[in-house]
Amino acid sequence: MFAADFRIILPEAILAIWAMGALIAAAWTVKDAATRALTWATAALMLALALWIGTGTGVDSAFDGSFVDDRFARFAKVAILLISASILLMGEGYMTRRALMRFEYPLLIALATVGMLVMVSSGDLIVLYMGVELQSLSLYVLAALRRDSPRSTEAGLKYFVLGAFGSGLLLYGASLAYGFAGTTLFSGIIEATADGVSLGLLFALVFMMAGFAYKVSAAPFHMWTPDVYEGAPTTVTAFFATAPKMAGMALFARVMFDAFGNVTGDWQQIVAFLSVFSMFLGAFGGIGQMDFKRLMAYSTIGHMGFALMGLTAGTGLGVQAMLVYMAIYVTMDLGAFAFIMSMERDGRPVTDIRSLNLYSRERPLVALAMLVLLFSLAGVPPTVGFFGKYYVLHAAYDGGFGWLAVLGVIASVISAFYYLRIVYFMYFGRETQPLDRVMSPAAWVFVVGCAAIMVFGVVNLFGVEPAAAGAAAALVN
Amino acid sequence: MMVSVILFAPLVGAIIGGFGWRIIGEQGAQWLTTGLLFLALVLSWVVFLGFDGNAYTVEIGRWIVSGELDTSWSIRIDRLSATMLVVVTSVSALVHLYSFGYMAHDDNFGDLPYKARFFAYLSFFTFAMLALVTADNILQLFFGWEGVGLASYLLIGFYFRKPSANAAAIKAFVVNRVGDFSFGLGIYALFLMTGSLTFDNIFAAASTLGGEEMRFLWRDWNAAEVIGFLLFIGAMGKSAQIFLHTWLPDAMEGPTPVSALIHAATMVTAGVFLMVRMSPVLEFAPHAKMFVVFIGATTAFMAATIGLVQNDIKRVIAYSTCSQLGYMFVAAGSGVYGAAMFHLFTHAFFKALLFLGAGSVIVAMHHEQDMRNYGGLRKKLPVTFWTMLVGTLAITGVGIPFTQIGFAGFLSKDAVIEGAFAGGGAYAFWMLVIAAAMTSFYSWRLMFMTFWGRQRGDAHAHDHAKESPLSMTVPLVVLAVGAAVAGMIWYGDFFGDVARVAGFFGAALPDGESVLEAAHHVPGWVKVSPFVAMVVGLLLAVWMYLIHTDVPAKLVAAGRPFYLFLLNKWYFDELYDWLFVRGANWVGRVLWKRGDGSAIDGTVNGISMGIVPFFTRVNARAQSGFLFTYAFAMVLGFALFLAWITLSGGAN
Repeated sequence: MFAADFRIILPEAILAIWAMGALIAAAWTVKDAATRALTWATAALMLALALWIGTGTGVDSAFDGSFVDDRFARFAKVAILLISASILLMGEGYMTRRALMRFEYPLLIALATVGMLVMVSSGDLIVLYMGVELQSLSLYVLAALRRDSPRSTEAGLKYFVLGAFGSGLLLYGASLAYGFAGTTLFSGIIEATADGVSLGLLFALVFMMAGFAYKVSAAPFHMWTPDVYEGAPTTVTAFFATAPKMAGMALFARVMFDAFGNVTGDWQQIVAFLSVFSMFLGAFGGIGQMDFKRLMAYSTIGHMGFALMGLTAGTGLGVQAMLVYMAIYVTMDLGAFAFIMSMERDGRPVTDIRSLNLYSRERPLVALAMLVLLFSLAGVPPTVGFFGKYYVLHAAYDGGFGWLAVLGVIASVISAFYYLRIVYFMYFGRETQPLDRVMSPAAWVFVVGCAAIMVFGVVNLFGVEPAAAGAAAALVN
Repeated sequence: MMVSVILFAPLVGAIIGGFGWRIIGEQGAQWLTTGLLFLALVLSWVVFLGFDGNAYTVEIGRWIVSGELDTSWSIRIDRLSATMLVVVTSVSALVHLYSFGYMAHDDNFGDLPYKARFFAYLSFFTFAMLALVTADNILQLFFGWEGVGLASYLLIGFYFRKPSANAAAIKAFVVNRVGDFSFGLGIYALFLMTGSLTFDNIFAAASTLGGEEMRFLWRDWNAAEVIGFLLFIGAMGKSAQIFLHTWLPDAMEGPTPVSALIHAATMVTAGVFLMVRMSPVLEFAPHAKMFVVFIGATTAFMAATIGLVQNDIKRVIAYSTCSQLGYMFVAAGSGVYGAAMFHLFTHAFFKALLFLGAGSVIVAMHHEQDMRNYGGLRKKLPVTFWTMLVGTLAITGVGIPFTQIGFAGFLSKDAVIEGAFAGGGAYAFWMLVIAAAMTSFYSWRLMFMTFWGRQRGDAHAHDHAKESPLSMTVPLVVLAVGAAVAGMIWYGDFFGDVARVAGFFGAALPDGESVLEAAHHVPGWVKVSPFVAMVVGLLLAVWMYLIHTDVPAKLVAAGRPFYLFLLNKWYFDELYDWLFVRGANWVGRVLWKRGDGSAIDGTVNGISMGIVPFFTRVNARAQSGFLFTYAFAMVLGFALFLAWITLSGGAN
């Protein structure tokens, strides 16, 4: 019995064992000298695991249903592993220049990734909480990776305190759910709500949703995001903006459908509120930002609003739209952050968007790639970003949330301002001191590659669409 | 294959000449477009002369296939389109050639290259016109219709630095919109009633259309009548018939070759072509036909009266065109479609000739267009003089009565007038005869003021006046030959005995036997009446402009209000200004200042510069950097959710 269960969690186990083993080995031997090799090895392992998981089939559950391996989990896992590997690959240049190549860095990312993989596979509140905490604790440390920088440590501390608060909410919700449903299994909770739901269980739902909203930085649980994004090293920020969001969204959807699928009407209203609030806060907040990383924080908040719009629909199409949207969003953000990592002047990182004045004259191709990425982030056709938005709007409309779609379009128009302002600086700005030419080849590949995906993906989205459809079908039936 | 070449040669020329002239050079573009046009010309004559009466269709590609709607790009060759092919390509090729000389120097553009653009526009126009006449469905016809409208707009406004030219271009476009709106409705009505836009299907359904009712506006009407009426209003716009004619005189702002090609010989006759093309349907719409006759006759009369007193040489010819188009519509409305096409055919030659001759005079006189400053140019411009004389003989209709010997206009105009007597009623007949007298008068007036008498105006201009180069005189001579003999050659085919006409046109025209037969048997005084009218006009002109040259001034003084009425073109422009333009201007201004400026811009600016920054500031203040603020926001958030879910009664 145990062997069969263990076989199902084997990928997570391998990654966890690798991280722990490497941690011990490096700590006792060469320490930071091994960072580069560890980074590459970890990335390679993640890619291999992604390939392995991606080729899996069927539905399995382990440990009496507390761990689920279905198409939905596999879609999210492949995405998470690819994101983590990408972060490791493209961030190496930045980490080296900033002298942050500590051996803990790739291993913490690996441990956070394990946490996320557990999160998206969870079929039980306890497993869920274990995954969330493993992820969160790794992220707290990563945020404060640059110990000598007050801002980095401040970011780590803020993230930790508020994260503890968020975890508390989640845990309280979980305990309420256990109290009213008598079980921590999702399958048990959904049975308990088959004929009516008690107010206590609804309270549990609300508390847990607040916890999830904190994880995906949906307003009004978003306030940590700009500060942490700004303070953390850019590579870590890029990681924050992508993998945990993917995992958080997947977890959100899984709990909503697997555990509370009988009370869709109740959570839909709250998710709709989160969605609207996030979209508009992302739009309004970003306008005031001249700091690229803070701007990206608001961009994330806004995009989470759109992804939540897909969830709001409460249908298979909605989940599919959310997954497609998230896949597109992380691709855009990876490209954008690969660029931000390479913004330096006189050997020091700069994040002020005004430093990009007339960047197009320095690096025309990169500027063009950024233009594509920013247009895509703003959702301008014919880039892929537009189709992502189209998907969720369509899903929301189909799910009876026409008003939400309309508001989404309005928010999208407002937020276009700050994306296009960057393009304006790059192409029409004033003459200023140019940036250093420090972009690493890997970062260059990610900027240009992600931009190319945004253009050529319009053909068939590289097959993400049917995969997302299959994943959604596994969750919503 | 051959017909495809005819259709696409001008398009190829337009594209390469228009976009590629920087590579092949301005000269190259001119030669290319002109060469391709002459190729099309030769092939068109081959098609026309070799046509055996059996219509055929060449499909080029599918166009719109959607539900019931099924249209394709195709070339339909029957007698009508073959005739139009030779008219269009002949005049167009000659105008291309003529433009070498006419457009050689132009002070309007400074250093800006303009020749390739001009030739590309001309070729594009030719393509659109050919697409129009060879259409086998009414949608493709509409495509060509709009294409020639676009080309016309571009060419009227060719001197884009002249405000008057731009205004004229816009006017032409806007006035045509009125007609096109109705044309569009006509197309919808056709599709609604027959379920197809292809001519063959429409014609097959024509007789049922005549018996069906359709709802339009407030009541049911006969379907054929509604369709005929709507299509005719479309034709009125393109062919400058009364009420929608005001754009044509202003269109003379374009270069003179354009006036000859588009605003005399081809595009403006598209309306007539449309009526003849739709003749199978029109045959079932007697009231619409009566309306066509009435409008045509009135236009012929109205335009002729205005032409009497104009002083700008091109405007005289423009009103003459307007008037002649009225003749064609009368013929079409009377049911003698052959005569309508005949007059269209001959008119293309002599009117293009007159315009090109006028252009030659204008060039010689350094772009002076006021005839009061001409005079005595006979000796200085011999070729222009002799060819324009032929053109004038043709348009006034000189020939030997009761025979078939005469200049082109003699035969075709008499055919129209006889047809009008037979099928159009007394009003149309008398209007046309009076207009014929006036045509003769103003045409000879133009000749006398230009080529006879003493030299008036700028002496310098007269001293330097010399004959135009060969590229301009050759087209004049060719057209003069056509204007002289075209009528005699094709009289029998277009307006001969019934069997011959039927054989010539094949299935393109409906069975109009009775009217045509009646037109051949009108009384003798009817047949001679246009000739008499011509002589009267000629004698009056001789008396007033050669013998007693002080008479016109006295006449003007005696009948000043009447003179002003004519000089100001019946005050149509003023009336329209008062009726439509001011109102439209007012609406536009309100929408612009209040609607766009205050409401839309105000809202957008208010939101983007007031409300959005306000929220941005609120957010910036909330983002204090203090943990307790952040935690407080989270507490507020889930407190709100708890309240919501409790109050919304989710527990039930």
